[in-house]
Amino acid sequence: MIKEQWMTVVKNRHLALDTYEMILTGELTEKMINPGQFLHLKIGEGFSHMLRRPISITNVDIDHQEVTIIYKTIGSGTSWLSKQTPGEKIHVLGPRGNGFPIEQVTNKKLLVIGGGVGVPPLYYLTKKLVEQQNEVTAILGFQTKDAVFYEDNFKKLAKTFIVTDDGTKGEKGRVTNLIPSLQGDVDYYYSCGPTAMLHAVSNEMKHVPGYISLEERMGCGIGACFACVCKTVDETDEKGYRKICMDGPVFQSNEVIL
Amino acid sequence: MTNIAVSLPGLELKNPIMPASGCFGFGKEFSEFYDLSKLGAIVIKAATLEGRYGNDTPRVAETSAGMLNAIGLQNPGVDKIISSELPFLEPFNVPVISNVGGSSVEEYVEVAKRISASPIIRALELNISCPNVKEGGIQFGTDPNLAAHVTEQVKKVSTKPVYVKLSPNVSDIVAMAKAVESAGADGLSMINTLTGMSFDLHKRKPLLANKTGGLSGPAIKPVALRMIYQVRQEVDLPIIGMGGITSCEDVIEFLLAGANAVAIGTANFLDPYICEKIIDDLPAKLQQYGFTSVEDCSQKGVAL
Repeated sequence: MIKEQWMTVVKNRHLALDTYEMILTGELTEKMINPGQFLHLKIGEGFSHMLRRPISITNVDIDHQEVTIIYKTIGSGTSWLSKQTPGEKIHVLGPRGNGFPIEQVTNKKLLVIGGGVGVPPLYYLTKKLVEQQNEVTAILGFQTKDAVFYEDNFKKLAKTFIVTDDGTKGEKGRVTNLIPSLQGDVDYYYSCGPTAMLHAVSNEMKHVPGYISLEERMGCGIGACFACVCKTVDETDEKGYRKICMDGPVFQSNEVIL
Repeated sequence: MTNIAVSLPGLELKNPIMPASGCFGFGKEFSEFYDLSKLGAIVIKAATLEGRYGNDTPRVAETSAGMLNAIGLQNPGVDKIISSELPFLEPFNVPVISNVGGSSVEEYVEVAKRISASPIIRALELNISCPNVKEGGIQFGTDPNLAAHVTEQVKKVSTKPVYVKLSPNVSDIVAMAKAVESAGADGLSMINTLTGMSFDLHKRKPLLANKTGGLSGPAIKPVALRMIYQVRQEVDLPIIGMGGITSCEDVIEFLLAGANAVAIGTANFLDPYICEKIIDDLPAKLQQYGFTSVEDCSQKGVAL
């Protein structure tokens, strides 16, 4: 089974404030069937950058062997990524981690809640959930109007609500502001975003079973270095911790301490 | 035919390449990438007496040609390592070296006693140089008298050879090496990480939750080479060299400086196949530079 490949950049475009969308092609896409997994990307030439960057999968087109990722330029690594042009190769390990467990989910009412760069993995998730005959409502939070992306993509699949911190687009405030009016008879929820948001969401939704996807600085990305761990809620848990890169990044909402 | 086998106290290595402690877990994760039996040896993550959770996150940060880590010796404790982690490594027919951590002489001694009794373990790497735990660890690695004392006590109970892992965070590395040599160390492993920091401009505070961390990767390679070279001029113990190795050329540099074998750490994160690739390419590379064997290369180094 291949776990690595030099994938070819097909497209790399500015999508929103400090946010880019990249499409990569290669046979590795055939393994990318579970939403919520991530690609571990090598950055730069040779050994100039010693750590890979974990970037979640936004969408996969299996027929054309194309995978889409969306990333924010935060430091020198993601800035390098934003400068790659079509035809260039990027070394990819992946898909890594465990995605959202949705195989059995069908004919359900679902709520998807994303914040900032936590939104991308929820797109592939929503696409799969809709294919499986579920009714999905999406709440997507961003800092400001210029940071909003994929609104139209989501609207084609789900009833979609946009929230911005400053109110320049959609509702003003936090994603949690909308939850009381939308959670009604929801069967499950799925969320990805900053830890503070996940904390607020899981509190607000504590009577509904849900899954959350965590972000953390990673070392190896394969479970060997113990850089990205978090504690379990259950104090009697045998290990007492989970590795985000390997056991996650998706966890049950009440499994780990946020 | 270039001979890349190396014979060291307790360790018959089919090649001089081993993953460095802390960068390879207990081997399981890397076994999905290649056959672990190709490795010269495996150095497992540090064992302490009780299980430890380690530090808060973030625990890692990238730096120029390197990285900082402050994991904090997370491990399930020596007994669980023996019962749950070591059996997995048994079928691979690779010598396993256990890194031994601790916060007190008593803890080092107890861990060494228990883990050296395991038939799977061929040698110990005494970790007196972890910069990321609040107590113990590094103070044993920066004071020659303490280093000698803990080495002597561990030697009394260990049934396997003891390689002492030296910290580079000292002004006189040769004094440290000589101190553990006279205390009965069977070998040295060097260097551990250099203490460093990195700041988050947005949060206006240290990037690592532990504030400081250990710097590793190509950025520290020249420091490692210099220290190995200095120690080799004065000390006869075998040296397992490490610090930023990413290629066969790097391995040869370490052998020339005076190392007898090498460990590869941070590079495993960037390329999980790196150890296997270096092992495959090493014979031809040695030949290219005119060496008939790994030992030939080390010996030439000593004579510099």
